[in-house]
Amino acid sequence: MTVKYTREHEWIRIEGDTATVGITFYAQEQLGDVVFVELPESDTSADLGAEVAVVESVKAASDIYAPVTGTITESNEELSERPELVNEDPENDGWFFKMRLADPAELDDLLDEAAYQAFIQEEL
Amino acid sequence: MTGLHALALEPFHAEQGAKFAPFAGYKMPIQYPLGVKGEHAHTREAVGLFDVSHMGQISIEGPGSTEALEKLVPAALQEMVPGQIRYSQLTLENGGILDDLMVTRWDNDSWGLVVNGACKHADMAHLKGNLPDSIQLTYFSAHALVAVQGPEARAALARLMPEAAELTFMRAVQTNWNSHPVTLACCGYTGEDGYEISIANDCARDLAEALTELGESTWVGLGARNSLRLETGLCLYGNDLTKETSPIEADLLWSIQKRRRADGDFLGADIILKQINEGAPRKRVGVAPFDGRTPLRDHTILKNSAGDLIGEITSGGFGPTHNGPVAMGYVPQNMSMLGTELIAEVRGKALPCSVCDPIFVQQRYVRSL
Repeated sequence: MTVKYTREHEWIRIEGDTATVGITFYAQEQLGDVVFVELPESDTSADLGAEVAVVESVKAASDIYAPVTGTITESNEELSERPELVNEDPENDGWFFKMRLADPAELDDLLDEAAYQAFIQEEL
Repeated sequence: MTGLHALALEPFHAEQGAKFAPFAGYKMPIQYPLGVKGEHAHTREAVGLFDVSHMGQISIEGPGSTEALEKLVPAALQEMVPGQIRYSQLTLENGGILDDLMVTRWDNDSWGLVVNGACKHADMAHLKGNLPDSIQLTYFSAHALVAVQGPEARAALARLMPEAAELTFMRAVQTNWNSHPVTLACCGYTGEDGYEISIANDCARDLAEALTELGESTWVGLGARNSLRLETGLCLYGNDLTKETSPIEADLLWSIQKRRRADGDFLGADIILKQINEGAPRKRVGVAPFDGRTPLRDHTILKNSAGDLIGEITSGGFGPTHNGPVAMGYVPQNMSMLGTELIAEVRGKALPCSVCDPIFVQQRYVRSL
C-alpha cells in the first residue's frame, strides 16, 4: 500500500489498481468546518485534473480534482450525512471516492509524503 | 495586506489568534482559533464579541437637522424620543439605496448615525451635499465600535455597565465606563439580544480586555458575523442592498413608518411610494433547496421551470444554527409567494428550490423588560 499526495492537497491511497482519494489534514484545517460534500457518481470516468467533487465549508466551496485518470468505482456516502468526518478524520473515514486506475504511470508524477510536507512548508 | 487601515484593536486581535482579511478597506479579523462554526454557535448560546470599528460613526447636529435628515431617509424621525434608534436607509433619487444605517436621536436636533464601513466616505459626501451648511456633521474616526451579542450578553455586560440591564431593543444611552465616555446601544446584527459600544480608540483595549474577562464571551470574526446575520434574514449592503435596489424590493417596508408612506418628501419617494401602492417589480425572498443540504452561494443564478433567468441569490451559505443552507435573493413579484418553485443553477446543474421566509432562525431581540 502506497500513499501519494497532490499539490491540490489530496491524498491517494493505492491498493492494486484502486486509488482511494481524500483531502489532507492540512487541507481540512485551511477549509475550516466542512458542511457539505458533493460526490461523484459511480461508474463515471474522470480524466486527470477533472472537477469530480465539491467540498464546502462555512466559508466557501472548493473543487476536488481527479488526481489520476480512471473510473470512479465508489463514493463515501457517509459524507452526505456526516460532512464533519472530513474534519474529524480526513485521512481515513473522511475519504471521498475510489477510482480504478487507467494509467498507473501517472502515479509517478504525484508527491510522496516527504515531498508533500516540504510543499506545505513552502506554502506556509 | 498593504494599503489597508488598521483597527485600533489589531494588536489585541492578533494576541487572540485572529486570522485577518481585507474588508471595507480595513484589515479585519475574519476568524479566531475557535473557527466560524464554533464562534457562530457561541454567539447563539452565550456571548460573541465583535470588533466592528470599520463602521462609520457620525453625528449630525444643529437647528433644523431633524427635518433636513428626514429628506434623506424614509424613517419617521420627528416622532422618535431621545435615546431611540431606528434602522433606515440613505435613499437615492432612483429609489435605490446608497447605504443602510442605524439612526439614534440624542436630542431634538442631535443625531447619531452608524453606517457601513465600505460606504462611509460616500455617505458623508452625500450627507454634506444634501444637508444645509448650518448643520454640523462630525465623523468619529478615532472611535472603536465593539458589539456584544447573544442570549447572555445582557447579564454579562450589566456587570460592567449597569445601564445595559435597563435598555430594550433599539434604545441607547450615553454613559461612562471606568470614567471613559461610552455610547451603549441595544442593537446589533446577529438576530440576538445585545449591544454595540462606542468608545475612544485610546480606551478600546481596556474595554476589549474587560469584555474578554467576562467569561461567557468569545471573540467572533467577520465569517461568523455573516452567517449569523444571514440566518436571521438581515441584509448586507453591497450584496442584498445596492444603489439599484429599493427598500420595497428589499422587503424593508416595515422600516418606513406610516407618516412617511403617506407624505413621502425624501429622496426617491416618488418611486418608493409608487412601489408601496402598486407593488415593486421584484422582491427579496428566502430560497431553500429541496434536498435540504446544498448551499446556494452568492450570485447563484435562479430560473423558472421553463429555464428562463429570473433572478439571483445575493447572499447564501450554510447556517450552523439552522444546520442547513441559508440564502436570500431577488425574484419577480409574481414568483415571491412562499412555496413557489424555482431552479437554482449550481455548478451547471439544476437544483430544485422553493421560496421561503428569509428568516431561517428567529430573531431574539428583547423588546420589553
